[in-house]
Amino acid sequence: MAQVILFLQQLLNGLSLGSIYALIALGYTMVYGVLRFINFAHGDVYMLGAYAGFAITNVIYTIIPLDQYNAISRHTFIPIFVCTAIVMLGAMIFCAILGMSIERIAYRPLRDRPRLTVLITAIGVSLFLQNMTQFFVGAQPQAFKQLIPVRAIEGLGDLTVLSSQAAIIISTIVLMVFLRLVVMKTKIGLAMRALSVNPTACSLMGVNNGLVISFTFALGSALAAAAGILVAMDSPSINPLMGNLQGIKAFVAAVLGGIGNINGAVVGGLIIGVLETLVVGYSNELTTLFPALHYLFPEGVSQFRDAISFAVLIIILLFKPTGIFGRVEREKV
Amino acid sequence: MSRARAILGIFLLFLFLFALFVERPLADNLAYYYDILINIGINIILAVSLNLVNGYTGQFSLGHAGFMAVGAYAAGSWSEHLSPSLINFLAGSNGVLTFVLKPFPFLQALPTMCADNLALVVATIFGGLLAALAGLAVGIPSLRLRGDYLAIVTLGFGEIIRTLILNIDFLGAARGMSVTGRYTNMFWTFGIAAVAVYIVLGLVNSTYGRGFLTVRDDEVAAEAMGINTTKYKVIAFVVGAFFAGTAGSLFAHYTGFLTPEGFNFFKSVDVVVMVILGGMGSTTGVILAAILLTILPELLRGLAHTDFVPVFQKAIEGVVPIHLPPLQGLLENRLILYSLLLIIMMLTRPQGLFGDIAGSRKRVASSPAK
Repeated sequence: MAQVILFLQQLLNGLSLGSIYALIALGYTMVYGVLRFINFAHGDVYMLGAYAGFAITNVIYTIIPLDQYNAISRHTFIPIFVCTAIVMLGAMIFCAILGMSIERIAYRPLRDRPRLTVLITAIGVSLFLQNMTQFFVGAQPQAFKQLIPVRAIEGLGDLTVLSSQAAIIISTIVLMVFLRLVVMKTKIGLAMRALSVNPTACSLMGVNNGLVISFTFALGSALAAAAGILVAMDSPSINPLMGNLQGIKAFVAAVLGGIGNINGAVVGGLIIGVLETLVVGYSNELTTLFPALHYLFPEGVSQFRDAISFAVLIIILLFKPTGIFGRVEREKV
Repeated sequence: MSRARAILGIFLLFLFLFALFVERPLADNLAYYYDILINIGINIILAVSLNLVNGYTGQFSLGHAGFMAVGAYAAGSWSEHLSPSLINFLAGSNGVLTFVLKPFPFLQALPTMCADNLALVVATIFGGLLAALAGLAVGIPSLRLRGDYLAIVTLGFGEIIRTLILNIDFLGAARGMSVTGRYTNMFWTFGIAAVAVYIVLGLVNSTYGRGFLTVRDDEVAAEAMGINTTKYKVIAFVVGAFFAGTAGSLFAHYTGFLTPEGFNFFKSVDVVVMVILGGMGSTTGVILAAILLTILPELLRGLAHTDFVPVFQKAIEGVVPIHLPPLQGLLENRLILYSLLLIIMMLTRPQGLFGDIAGSRKRVASSPAK
């Protein structure tokens, strides 16, 4: 029984981690869907989302009264979730504007150029955002002030669910439903889907492709900002380089699910999150199974957690480059 | 080709004389400039070898630092564990050279010198070969992928190599590894750089070179013509990795200390920026860019500590009512400069300062959306 509880616990931790990856992966996958290129700077938009949230939180903290734990008091007239929503919306709007500006300034002039040119520009934008952030706020990590009180939710027996984890999973579900509605039920969502199938035909039908692309960037960046704030709820230390690794893992998630496919990004994100948590959680068992691992990693396989997603990426690209839900695209000459 | 060989020979001879007479005084009296010179040499090797992959073959690799790390750590451990016996055999108190040269007291320093240089060469070749092996292991599976995927996969391999080193106790893990013997000198640094240029140009001007260029210009057409594109990509990748490994070995034997952090993604970016600034597919351009981008951060660092900067900052803060962090940071962070260079180059001159074809020729089916 204890084993089952432990497994469930790992699964739950994995899901909350995976939700973050999924939110970031959506941005990669949507941009790839409409433009067929990897937006390298997406991880840094996520980082800036966290910083925007950090700034807004600090402002809120100076305005409203705090309790003795230095957290937002439960008895103030602004309930906690309103504060959280303000922070989240503020950061999402900030990042949406940022994402659109990046597209407008750096990517749009390169629309007809070879893909590699755009990719290099994206790497440049990514480095620029990271280093300018580092210049303005410093390289040292900042402590994100607590938005919701982090404690275990009671009444779940041996299973420990932190309120932050619950917040992450619930917010992710809400955002996914919202995204689904936007993509499936609105006119601009229809235009996005049309653009991803055939841009030329799409513009012949009277769709303003530039506008749709801008909107896609805004949507993806807003989701990344939400991910940035959610991750700060769970581990409240943010730094200018936090977007690098998370960004790449989320990209792997997008590829795993089939890049360009929205459902795929979500599934891929959750799989990567769960996989990572399980490998770390069961590193001892893994080492007993494969003694060679012990020789390579005397400190335990968990040290290798950041390389897991790369290994996954290489395996997918070798055996099923289209990912789980991706469709085969023929290269036209 | 014989003309190129003659040039190489003359260059090496000149370099040998230079190393023999000028190097010691330079290293002793102008250590800072000597340091920059060695770094220029190492960066030329890195940039020229990456240019073979990214420029001539049109594959976008972001993992060059990973191969450099393999070379550096391999050569470093070679010198740490295997070289001492070799050096002892040659130049120890009962060594072969010491014995042979005993009758000539004015050649006292020669055995050690020979042994050190030999140790460097052996370690460098070993490092290069292991890096080439890593290049082969990375290249065969990943070179079937298209441009942007390849970039991410090579980035991933670079990170995996770094994570591996970070976790292998034998290589010092996060503590870093100290390398015995600071053997690196001007002769071998620039000698290997010259050989790298020679080999890369030789390859490019051969049948292989046609293969590389067709792969870059149109992979589908190349395949239709019966060209084994994977083969050419792998060759370019392995040769590139080999020279990255030798650069790593030179680096290891110059600084005498290696940390996994020294070979992170940003190190790869450094090399990529050199290739892009110089012009993908232009060896001259890439060499010049390597020189420029080694000197430029030093110049900027010098500029950052002039009195001019605080004055400038006060002036800005006088006009705009905000408090800026010290502007020195802006000048000292080379990555800000590099990122701007990347963006501006791609927007205005994607073929680089000296590049010929790579970016300027329009490719088929490159624009999914208007």
